[in-house]
This record gives sequence, C-alpha cells and structure tokens, in this order.
Amino acid sequence: MSQKIDLDQRRFRKIIRGKIKDNLRKYISNGEMVARKGKDTVSIPLPSVDIPRFKHGGKQQGGVGQGDGEVGDSLGQDGEEQPGGPGEAGDKPGEHALEVDVSLEELAEILGEELSLPRIEPKGSEKITSHKDRYTGIRTTGPESLKHFRRTYKEALKRQVATGTYSKKNPIVIPIKDDKRFRSWKTEPLPQSSAVIIYMMDVSGSMGDEQKEIVRIESFWLDTWLRSQYKGIESRYIIHDAMAREVDRDTFFSTRESGGTMISSAYKLCSKIMEDEYPSDEYNIYPFHFSDGDNWSVDDTVTCVDILNNQILPNSNQFSYGQVESPYGSGQFIKDLQEHFAEAENLVTSEIKGKDAIMDSIKDFLGQGK
Amino acid sequence: MSLHKPLPVHLQDMQQEIEVHARDYGLDFFPILYEVLDYKTMNEVAAYGGFPTRYPHWRFGMDYERLSKSYEYGMSKIYEMVINTNPSYAYLLEGNSLVDQKLVMAHVCGHVDFFKNNYYFSKTNRKMIDGMANHASTVRRHMRAHGQSVVEDFIDVCLSIENLIDPMSLFIARKAKAGSGEAEETQETPRIPAKGYMEEYINPPEFLEAQRKKLAEEQQKQEKFPVEPQRDVLKFLLEAAPLADWERDCLEVIRNEAYYYAPQAMTKIMNEGWATYWHSKILTSKALKGSEVVDYADACAGVLATAPGRLNPYKLGVELLRHIEMRWDKGQFGQEWEECDSMAVKASWDRRLGLGREKIFEVRKLYNDITFIDEYFTLDFCIEQKFYSFGYNERASSWEIMSRDFEKVKKQLLDSLTNRGQPVIRVINGNFKNTGELLLRHDHEGVDLDMNHAKDTLENLFKVWKRPVSIHTIVDEKDKLLRHGSDGYSEKAVNAADLG
Repeated sequence: MSQKIDLDQRRFRKIIRGKIKDNLRKYISNGEMVARKGKDTVSIPLPSVDIPRFKHGGKQQGGVGQGDGEVGDSLGQDGEEQPGGPGEAGDKPGEHALEVDVSLEELAEILGEELSLPRIEPKGSEKITSHKDRYTGIRTTGPESLKHFRRTYKEALKRQVATGTYSKKNPIVIPIKDDKRFRSWKTEPLPQSSAVIIYMMDVSGSMGDEQKEIVRIESFWLDTWLRSQYKGIESRYIIHDAMAREVDRDTFFSTRESGGTMISSAYKLCSKIMEDEYPSDEYNIYPFHFSDGDNWSVDDTVTCVDILNNQILPNSNQFSYGQVESPYGSGQFIKDLQEHFAEAENLVTSEIKGKDAIMDSIKDFLGQGK
Repeated sequence: MSLHKPLPVHLQDMQQEIEVHARDYGLDFFPILYEVLDYKTMNEVAAYGGFPTRYPHWRFGMDYERLSKSYEYGMSKIYEMVINTNPSYAYLLEGNSLVDQKLVMAHVCGHVDFFKNNYYFSKTNRKMIDGMANHASTVRRHMRAHGQSVVEDFIDVCLSIENLIDPMSLFIARKAKAGSGEAEETQETPRIPAKGYMEEYINPPEFLEAQRKKLAEEQQKQEKFPVEPQRDVLKFLLEAAPLADWERDCLEVIRNEAYYYAPQAMTKIMNEGWATYWHSKILTSKALKGSEVVDYADACAGVLATAPGRLNPYKLGVELLRHIEMRWDKGQFGQEWEECDSMAVKASWDRRLGLGREKIFEVRKLYNDITFIDEYFTLDFCIEQKFYSFGYNERASSWEIMSRDFEKVKKQLLDSLTNRGQPVIRVINGNFKNTGELLLRHDHEGVDLDMNHAKDTLENLFKVWKRPVSIHTIVDEKDKLLRHGSDGYSEKAVNAADLG
C-alpha cells in the first residue's frame, strides 16, 4: 500500500533540500554542521521551514506547572529540553528550532549540485577486491552452529523411510551423523575501488585556533564528498612543525606546537605512508596539506618540490594544498608551488582567506573531478 | 487507505462491554467506529489530524516524519486518536496490550460524549470526513490548474494567518444590519416633537446643531471599514481582499478547518479531563479484571504524570472535575459556604447532597477551559494540587518557579488560555491612510509578539492583501507600527491616538 503521506513527505524533503542548498554557503561558513554530525546523518537547524504566525514572544510569557519546589527553584536552563512524560505537552518553556536530519549522502549530493562538482572517475576500479562471505550451499560436514535443521531432518526422514525404520504410529525422526547437513559458504571477491585521504596540517605556532577551525570545517566537507564517491575510504592524519608525525583525528585538530616549520618533513612521512601501505595502482590517494604558507628555508621548499615531483604527484589522484591566511604567516609557500607546478595537472592550490572562502576553496579542490 | 476493516472479535466484545458501562453511567455518545492501525498508518493518520484524506501539503509530511522518528526512538507513541464526527472514528494502535485497548476505548467514550454534548462543539461539522475530502479535491483541482508549487505556496501563506479567527463569533447574534429605508429616515435631523409655538424652545438651534453633528459622526462611523474592529481577520480578507478565485477557495478551506479545530483547542483541559475521569471510573469500578490492575495503574500513571514546567491537561482536568464532584456531593458551594470563614467547619463540611455527578455533567455541557478554570479553580484546589506559576529569569537565564500565590497562579493560567493562547489581533481599517492599506491592531495584554514571526507573517498578509499591511502593537512598552509594503519591512514608533 503506497501511503499518501509519502507524497507529502517527499515534498517536505524537497523543500528542505532547497533550503539547505540556498543556505549552503552560510552553513559551510559557520561550521555548525560539523558539530552536529551523527553516525550517518547531520541534523540541521532550519527555522525558516516553520510557518510564521502572530504569536506571543516566549520570555515574557511563563506558564503554570504543578508539583513540588520552592519559589525560585530552577526548572531548567534556557533551551534545554524538558523531559516530558507521556501525554500531551502543555506550556513548555523555551522554543526549539526545527531540526531536520539529513543523511551524509544526501548532503554530499546537495554539495555536489550546488558546486556542480564532477563525479570522480575512480582509477584502478575493479582491480581492487575485498572479500565477502556468502552462504550459498549445503555440505555434509561443518560446525554444529551452522547445522541446517530442516535439511538434516529431511535427510533423516528419507533414510528412515528408505530403511523402513519409520513408523507412522510413532513418527519419531532421529538424525544420525550421516544425515547432518551444514550450511556452507563461498568467499566471493567484491570489486571495489578504494581510496585514502591523507590530511597534513602545519601546527606550528603561527596556526591559530581560527585557522584550525577553518581546516576542520573544510575537511568535514571534503570527507563528506569523497566518502560519497568511494565506498571504502580511509583517512590518515599527519601534523608537522619542524618534525612530522602521524596522529589520530582528535589530536590532529587539537594539537598546537610552538616550533618552526619544515614542510618537507610532512611530505616525507606522507610519501612513506603511501609507499608502504597504499600501492598507487590499487588506491585512489588524496593528500591534502593545510598551512599558513610559512616554511623554514628556501632549501626546504626545494626539498618539498622534489618530493612532490618524484614521489607524491606520480602516485596520487590529486595533491591539494590549502593555504589558510594567518596574521603571522608570510604566505610564500603557495607562490613557490604555483611557480614550480604551473604545468602539473594534479596539483591544486587554494587560498582560504576566511570562513567565507571555504566554499570556494572546496570547489577549487573538488572541481577537477580527479 | 481502507477505513473499514472489521474489528477483531475480541475487540468488538470489549467495545460492547465498555459502551454498556458508559451508557449506564449516563454518557451519551455518537456511534464509534474503531480501526486498528499499525504504527506507520497511525502516524500517517495523526499527521493528517485524524483524517484519512487531506489536501496535499508538505507540513503533513514534516509532522509524519517527526512522529515516526519519535516513535522509532521510543520517545513517544500515539495511544489513541478519535475525531469529532458522527459516527466518530477512533483508532487503536496495533500491538497494544488488551488493557491498553480497554483503557483507550473507555477514554474514547468520554471524548465522544464530550464532542456530542459540549456547547462549543455544537456548531462543528459532524460530517467533517467528507468536508476534509472535499477540501482536498478543491485544492488538488486548483493545483492541477495553477501548478502545485504556486498553490502550495499560497496555502503556506494562509496557514500563516489561520489563527486569526474568532471562534466565539459563531455564538454571538449580531445586530441585523440597518435597512436602507431606515437610513433615509435618519437623514433628517432628529427633533423632539413639539407644538409649533414651543418649537424654538424645545428644539433650539444649538440643540439641532448638536444633533446634526452626532448624525454626521454616526455616518462617518458607517463609512469606516470595517465598521467595528473585526477579530475574524480571515473573514474580512475573504470579503475584501483582491483574491483570485482559486486563492479565495484556498483561504476558505483553511478558515473552515481552523474553525473546525478551534473548539478542541478551547476545551483541551476539560475534554481530556472528562475522558480521563471516565476511563478511570469505568475501568476501576467495572471493566477491570484483577490481573489487569497493575498494568492499568502503570498506564494511568503515565497519562497523569507531571513534569516541572509543564501543565498536564489530563491531570488538571480530571483533578478539577473530581474536586467539583466532591464539592457538590458535600454541598460545599453557595452563599453559606462562601461566607463561612472557619477552616474547621469547612474541613468537615458535608451536607450529603450527592449532587456531584449531576454537576459535572452540567459542567461538561456548558463550559470551556476558560470558564471552567475561572469558576472552579479555587484556593483549596490550587494548594491541594501544588500549582505554581513559572517565568523566565533573565539573570540566571533559566526558568524558575515564580509564585505559589493563588491569585497569580490563576491569572497566569487564565492568561495562557485566553484566545487559545494566541494573541488577539483585529482588523481596524481596510482603507488606512485612505490608500487602501490594511491596519491591524494587536490587543496587547502584557506579552509582546514574537518579532521574527510577526515580520514574516506581515509579509504573508501583504501577499493576500496586495497592498501594504501594518500592525499596531507594543514592543518593550512602546507603541510601534510594524509595516510591510512593496518596499519591504519597516517599523516606527507611533502615537496610539493617531491611528483612530
């Protein structure tokens, strides 16, 4: 039975989609969504979906309640949801903005449409295989836990009828060892394209909280998009100042060091990880590097260019460099890269001047369809 | 959706048993048709306000999604639903325990008795299933002709002003409009009949002048548009706004449905209290088996639970009805009772009148939530039930218990019920500034309008009126005129007297 409500619900989802699309730049800039990420969904506050009415403003209004408590006792902070029992809510303090859950997949789709991002043509697809077990048949040996009851008893019944030990008056069927049947499985190769994102970030003193916030927001959207393009995708995180090390996601965004900056250290580590763990004919590799553009020395920049040229670029789909503007950084590195790699197809640079520029930068990075 | 699946036999028997008990108690209800629904269909019907067919609108989809989510997360489920029609349709949730179903059936009897007998429901359309279906086909027809989005957008606009109605207007006999003949008669300056020679003493020129002025004023008033400030803003718009036919149809649909639902908002506390009173009475004294008592008590406790900062209408309603019943059983009313100031005498006051049951039947017939609270919410009841008023403390940025003072609690309660908790808005002038602008007035009762909403609502009104729309209200204790015209939104301070 197709429900009529499905039509109305589809309308509703369509309206939400439209609203999110209209406000995407705002949502991206203020980073609110990043904090609201659940497992597969993001909840998005959409006050404008609600139908406006002439109504009383909340704070002067108050209400009446029932139960124990002294005058002056608190009933809950502003905006906190009151635990409600069954039955209907009467007056409740506070108001709740309408929030809708949107799946990450849908969000990626919206992002893709709004930025007109090309879908990525994965390389090495079909080559990569993961394996999946499927129960496909029956065999005569196996663990008890996989015993197929119906088949086993059927076999026993057949045997008993055949040997004449079955009696209609006393229809007891007892399987013996030879009757037993077990489910068996086959391991099937599953063609899959795999990908890895390697995030690198400069955590030297000149990268402040605001710069890191930008990186955090941007990486959320890059993640969301790339995840929608590849089934199995891994993320690796490298932080560096004068030294580089691999860390987990939380550490990546929370670490602050005070040392100087040697970008080559991160590139070295990155290329080592790529070499050791992600053969380029099997993996789609996306290194992203965020920094404020300060590097220790010209020599180090030369080293960087060298590593990029010989190791990273030949083996990755696209190398992306995002330069976050900071009051301390010289911003020289992006110029060096642009100078050395004017011809390179799979190196993209983007300058991120502030939160408002995140969206454009996402477009820079993902607009190539690589 | 099919509506008429036969009810399983065991539920049929249950319905019969419950209804026999209910009739024995004197409940008088329309025939009730039950339908057992799985939770998905239940959520669908609930999103549609209890009706199988509504006009297409995304808001129903939104409500459905919200209901489904809160069911799936185990936060709430809809036990029962019943609609005010004759016969009444009621829905049972598939998979509820039999005790729950029994409770629901008794509860539903109470609701349907209330729908049938309460005065404020007397003007509602009891064939509303058809009404809603007709509305749906009207809207669908216009959608086919003018495009779904266009019509849906306009319905959004209508819904935005659907609360600007006057449910009480149905019960007021308006003065008949002055006939044209009468008007001609009054053209002449009225003079007191007098013999010729007395004329200049009885009707001196000054007197005649005053009379003429009065007449002119009267006439000026007649030219006002509307003549009196009008609370049924939707009606005014239907009559006076330059709407296309399809727009008028849509607005009419929304207004019609708003009036249909209004009595339910006006009697929420009484209606739920009445239904709760009867499910409790019928089950505990008649229909409950010994083995079911614990489950029943558990369900009932859920219904009557109170939480800080929330008013449970079920609880307030049923307790107040029981309180009234007790008072009239014991004769705790009338002049003698009011004038007695000895607490000791009052505490043991029992005249054994036994009028309680009769009284609450009368209350359910004649009262709505406001008159109910106003008349029967007494000091004793307030203390006994531990009522308090709460408000927002800016400094602590939290909601706090403000007072347990009877007068304050009662005022707060009545305020929150006035006009179904909505601000009172009237049309003052449909030819404001003599340029065809619309002027509304918010009767400010101490609570400001929510400004964000007000802005957007004005914009929607502008879409209906098609000329600039203003509303006179009070913001932070200052008179303000909020206006939306083709140049967008603006607000300015005004002097109330200038607006007439």
